[in-house]
Amino acid sequence: MMNNKFLGKGIVIISALSVAAIIASLIFILFEIYSGGRDYLTWEFITGYPKEGMTEGGIFPAIVGTVLLVLIMSVACVPIGTITAIYLNEYANKKSILTKIIRFGVNTLSGVPSIVFGLFGLGFFIQFVGTGMDKVFSEPGQLQWGQPNILWASMTMAFLTIPVVIVSVEESLKTVPDDLRAGGLALGATKWQTIRKIIIPNSINGILTGTILAIGRGAGEVAPILFTGAAYFLPNLPGKLTDQFMNLGYHIYVMATQSTDVEATKGIQYATAFVLLICTFSLSFIAIFVRYRFRQKIKS
Amino acid sequence: MKKIIFAVVIMAAAFGFYMQSKVITVKGSDTMVIVAQRWAEKYMSEKSGITIQVTGGGSGTGIAALINGTTDICNASRPMKPSEREKLKQRFNTLGVEVKVAKDGLSVYLNEVNQVKELSLQQIKDIYTGKVTNWKEVGGKDSRIIVYGRENSSGTYVYFKDNVLNGADYTATMQSLPGTAAVVNAVVKDKNAIGFGGAAYAKGIKFTAVKKDANSPAFLPTEENIKNGNYPIARYLYLYLRNKPTGEIKEYVDWILSKEGQEIVSKVGYFPVK
Amino acid sequence: MLTKKKNNGNSLKRKFRLSEFLAEYTIKSVSFISLAVIVLIFVFVFREAAPIFFPKEKKINTEEFLQSETYGEEPSDSSASNSLEGYSSLNGSGDVADFKNLTGKDWQPVGENPKYGLIPIFIGSLKVTVIAILFGAPIAILAAIYSSLFANKKLREFIKPAIELLASFPSVVIGFFALITIATIIQNIFGVSYRLNAFVGGVAMALAVIPIVYTVTEDSLTAIPKYMSEASLALGATRWQTALFVVMPAATPGIFAALLLGFGRAFGETMIVLMATGNAPLTSFSIFEPVRTMSATVGAEMAEVVFGDTHYTVLFFIGVLLFIITFIINAIAEFYVRARLMKRFRGE
Repeated sequence: MMNNKFLGKGIVIISALSVAAIIASLIFILFEIYSGGRDYLTWEFITGYPKEGMTEGGIFPAIVGTVLLVLIMSVACVPIGTITAIYLNEYANKKSILTKIIRFGVNTLSGVPSIVFGLFGLGFFIQFVGTGMDKVFSEPGQLQWGQPNILWASMTMAFLTIPVVIVSVEESLKTVPDDLRAGGLALGATKWQTIRKIIIPNSINGILTGTILAIGRGAGEVAPILFTGAAYFLPNLPGKLTDQFMNLGYHIYVMATQSTDVEATKGIQYATAFVLLICTFSLSFIAIFVRYRFRQKIKS
Repeated sequence: MKKIIFAVVIMAAAFGFYMQSKVITVKGSDTMVIVAQRWAEKYMSEKSGITIQVTGGGSGTGIAALINGTTDICNASRPMKPSEREKLKQRFNTLGVEVKVAKDGLSVYLNEVNQVKELSLQQIKDIYTGKVTNWKEVGGKDSRIIVYGRENSSGTYVYFKDNVLNGADYTATMQSLPGTAAVVNAVVKDKNAIGFGGAAYAKGIKFTAVKKDANSPAFLPTEENIKNGNYPIARYLYLYLRNKPTGEIKEYVDWILSKEGQEIVSKVGYFPVK
Repeated sequence: MLTKKKNNGNSLKRKFRLSEFLAEYTIKSVSFISLAVIVLIFVFVFREAAPIFFPKEKKINTEEFLQSETYGEEPSDSSASNSLEGYSSLNGSGDVADFKNLTGKDWQPVGENPKYGLIPIFIGSLKVTVIAILFGAPIAILAAIYSSLFANKKLREFIKPAIELLASFPSVVIGFFALITIATIIQNIFGVSYRLNAFVGGVAMALAVIPIVYTVTEDSLTAIPKYMSEASLALGATRWQTALFVVMPAATPGIFAALLLGFGRAFGETMIVLMATGNAPLTSFSIFEPVRTMSATVGAEMAEVVFGDTHYTVLFFIGVLLFIITFIINAIAEFYVRARLMKRFRGE
């Protein structure tokens, strides 16, 4: 019995220590990256262009590239994700094989490695769709769409983030009480009207959370854009959909491994990592907060 | 919600139709990024209305991009291979245009505390093929040799393999790093390390003097030794184009070969072709 | 009377019906996109890898000497040697990726006889993944036990979001952190000769695995019906006894699923291993030697190969393998584990 008591105490303590270890490493990473880049985090760094072979200057094009990437990505992934969630939750027969297959597809999609999405983007968007478009629209021998660019990178990223949107929208659709659905239908509204006027407005929180989470994910992933559009250095911002772009995550990767002077640019690397971390961090913070508030509202 | 979606769509559309100035894309060797980027910066500051996009990734990347039609100019730290010319010919019916733009001594890096001062080509080969694994076998301390090299896409990797290893495979223990600067950085941090790369990147490391064979004198990769051919592993750096340059590209290439362009070559640690 | 009513109703109803019809079918077809994407991913990654399975006759022109034109003045001295001296890394007749080559022990994709042995990079992936699971999973599972069984409500509402925040760390940032900080710490502690090695990659990967294992474990622990733990407590068991002997066994399939998902995540992760493992294609089981993983190989080499080459198809083939492996792992986690869980709750 004595031993058992120790065992009991031991389990509680060890498991508490595990939690502490995770949170400590979270804080340690944040602190480490902040203290490494602190001296470089100036307004000029955020709004400036890289200079002197990327050993000086700022990261403005990388920030703009990342923002454009997630914007174009959201245009594609938010509607698709939301509609799929609505189908799965409102229309589909939960027991049918078809629904199960779609659900399995969504789960599988969220487990596909991001590098495979990159290969897919290259094989499908660039080599198949892009090259096909060039055959139709461009002059012979001219490559316009059949090469890495911001559009294909965004589309690749959109496919990666669809499951994120679906999960979060579905979660909020489930919290819409069935009374509301029944009420809408009882008042003579059709199914689509009920969904449009009652269910979607009531689950706008979920759509919002899903969008924010997807953006956070898209901003941080690098593997899918390695060969679908990210560029090492561009003196200009992307001006059209067929341009390549700079990206915060990719910038960290190339600066840490391929920059012309790894040691001298360490501060820039830390500061870039900090900027990216703050972006994804605050996005998921907002998402968690929105969800939390929403749950509180449901409870009361 | 609708308004937001509408606004985003409008923005995306507007963004799609926004045009910009003439762009020259340059892609390829990491060894050359350091110089290509300075060329681009200087050239753009002197000439408005032209944009030069410089990307690294390796000579293989650049040549692949040239073949795939995704770049105008390719930087290469090795000559194009016949198989690549063949592919270029299939796609564009041209064998490409080669421009020699700089000369480089391929240097072997050691950590500053390493006692070894000179190595023969044979010793370097033995280290990189895994025959020699301890520094004491080549006159150093008794400790394991940590071998660093470049990713197999880089021209430096291929050039070194062809001309130093005589075509033999690298040892599997070689850690491949994606950039020359990363190799330098790794050698700085690791006192038992050996690495190779362009002379321009060297900072905080020391060069080994290289001997052609065991009995010949050793030479450091200095401008003089490379110019008169004493240093045994020197190479050209190239630009490749699909066709004879015209218009803006011709102006740019001519500028690189001009005195001004070649001054930048010396400034970053390579040697001018003329 | 009847006709009139019908007419009235018809125009109204028809309009509604049309929009209903359109809405339902649009929604239905859009929801197939995610399913289609899965199929597309497989088809198009496989399509680029297909030449491995159906090799075409290769004709490389070796007779005719192909020489580029030159531009600019020919430099006067010819000291810098660029002659290939008979050795060339031109991928020649030996450039085939047949079964024997793919199962070889060397990954040397550039050379006269390129070697596309997948064994070292498969072992590399496995090594890093196992280290990450061994390191991260116990911590994540214990943390989940603490937050769902021992912690009070207030504490739980702090712990859960905090660990979810760890999931929002981009993998490139974790890789960067591993490259700069973790590698140095580990070298100082263990005095290892390779600064970047499988262990560094595994520890960094644990940071990416912890949130996913934690979340799934936590979910399955809280999904255990209340009556089970209440019955146990009512019978006089203490809280930790209930946790250890009642709740945990009931949740084992869920924890198993968590481990599988964590494994899948780690196996496919690219940026962390690309930056932190040294990328040497070694076939060894030492954890302090550098490794090259499948995902890192694709990430490092893909952008650089000539499209359509053997090397290119082999890299896509690695993509196919990654896809299939993670697909199987996810399918097991999904079907087997869910079935087991359901059975258990129904008391069968």
